[in-house]
Amino acid sequence: MKLKENYQQAVKVFQPKPPYVLNGIKAFFIGGLLCLAGEALQKGYVFLFDMSLLEAQHLMLLTFIFLAIVLTGIGTYDSFSQFAGAGATILITGFANALASAALEHRSEGWITGVANHMFKIGGAVIVYGIVVAYLFGTIHLIF
Amino acid sequence: MRLAGKQTWVFENDVYIQATGTVVGPFEAEGPLGSQFDVTYRDLYCGGKTWELAERRLMKEAIDICLQKANVTADNVDFFLAGDLLNQNVTSNYTARDIPVPFLCMFGACSTSMETLAVGAALVDGEFARTVLTATSSHNATAERQFRYPTELGVQKPKTATFTVTGGAAALIGREKSLFRISAATIGRVIDAGMKNPLDMGSAMAPAAAATIEQHFLDLGASPDDYDLIVTGDLSKVGSVIVKELLSESGYDVATNYNDCGLMIYRPTQGVFAGGSGCACCAVVTYAHLLKEMQQGRFQKILVVATGALLSPTMIQQKQSIPAIAHGVVIEAVRG
Repeated sequence: MKLKENYQQAVKVFQPKPPYVLNGIKAFFIGGLLCLAGEALQKGYVFLFDMSLLEAQHLMLLTFIFLAIVLTGIGTYDSFSQFAGAGATILITGFANALASAALEHRSEGWITGVANHMFKIGGAVIVYGIVVAYLFGTIHLIF
Repeated sequence: MRLAGKQTWVFENDVYIQATGTVVGPFEAEGPLGSQFDVTYRDLYCGGKTWELAERRLMKEAIDICLQKANVTADNVDFFLAGDLLNQNVTSNYTARDIPVPFLCMFGACSTSMETLAVGAALVDGEFARTVLTATSSHNATAERQFRYPTELGVQKPKTATFTVTGGAAALIGREKSLFRISAATIGRVIDAGMKNPLDMGSAMAPAAAATIEQHFLDLGASPDDYDLIVTGDLSKVGSVIVKELLSESGYDVATNYNDCGLMIYRPTQGVFAGGSGCACCAVVTYAHLLKEMQQGRFQKILVVATGALLSPTMIQQKQSIPAIAHGVVIEAVRG
């Protein structure tokens, strides 16, 4: 097929395809490893600090959020995400990175018009549709 | 008549590039052309407090170096033409505060370098000005945050994405004889090939580059063999292959004398995906590297085609495609 005849179709042979399988494998193992680390951490907190499982889970999530924000701040989380893909994005660390990176980016426009206004630019969608879906499932649960 | 064919200006009076200035950031300094730029910065802030101030500094410093090399002061220039990528062309407009001469701000996305050079040469050739100062800039972080995502956001970018060059470049155009004569310019048309992926601008811009190059040949009755080098601005790995294919479909073979500035500025190992992009990409590579190559006698006549994706995040979100444009300028080495 000639480019000049049907550019939008013909151009596809020149565009490198994302390595879906490799990306999937990387996301599976890295995401999985992080989840495993989370499990270990929460068991460790229960053992070390003699707390309930629920408290340990909260502390584990806070630890992960804290680490993601620190890595975002020192500029490594984006390189990690480029490598790990969904393995880094869909965990709570990805959400923390979305908020922290937007806040950092807009620090130059001040604490209110910059940081506060822009912080949820990327993460806002997760919150909005998280709540919408929670209501939806809550309603379904109530009816059935 | 100085208009040849439909879109090409032929400069009959002698118009020369008197001097250039190039300033770049850390990634460009690490690239293969690192030693050829006038000033290189080791961090992206380039001594500025914010990314935007860093970019302004790049443009301002490139201008200062350019004027210094030409041994003129800013108030001796007749007109200043500049453009950049940021909304309201802030880098150019704020830089122009310090240059006390009439100013024309231009936007052609990454085609701005050759747009300003072509218009500047036309002003000088038409005797509307004796000397014209042109400048452009781009900054990786200011472009990322305006056109894409926060710089530190973790998203997996595809191989078709490009990496915005951090740099500022300036060129002074005048009648005084120098080694670099601007002999012609082809002004591009806006071409929209219907591409909608903002992370693949090479595919969006290649048809515009091919259209300008073909029109250039048609207008001047020229062929690819008339040039030692035909170079595009920032088509990168993806777009540069497409433009060669488009030209070959039209019967022009550029296999041996074609290159792309976006492929020259970084090493493939620098993690820059498909290559460099941004207003500064074509400008710093041309003004620092290509002119040096001409000076050393490797090229006699080159056609520089700066390519611009006229991208707007709002239009992309409204499912609109990406229009593109390309402007070409012919630079010839004049010896003796």
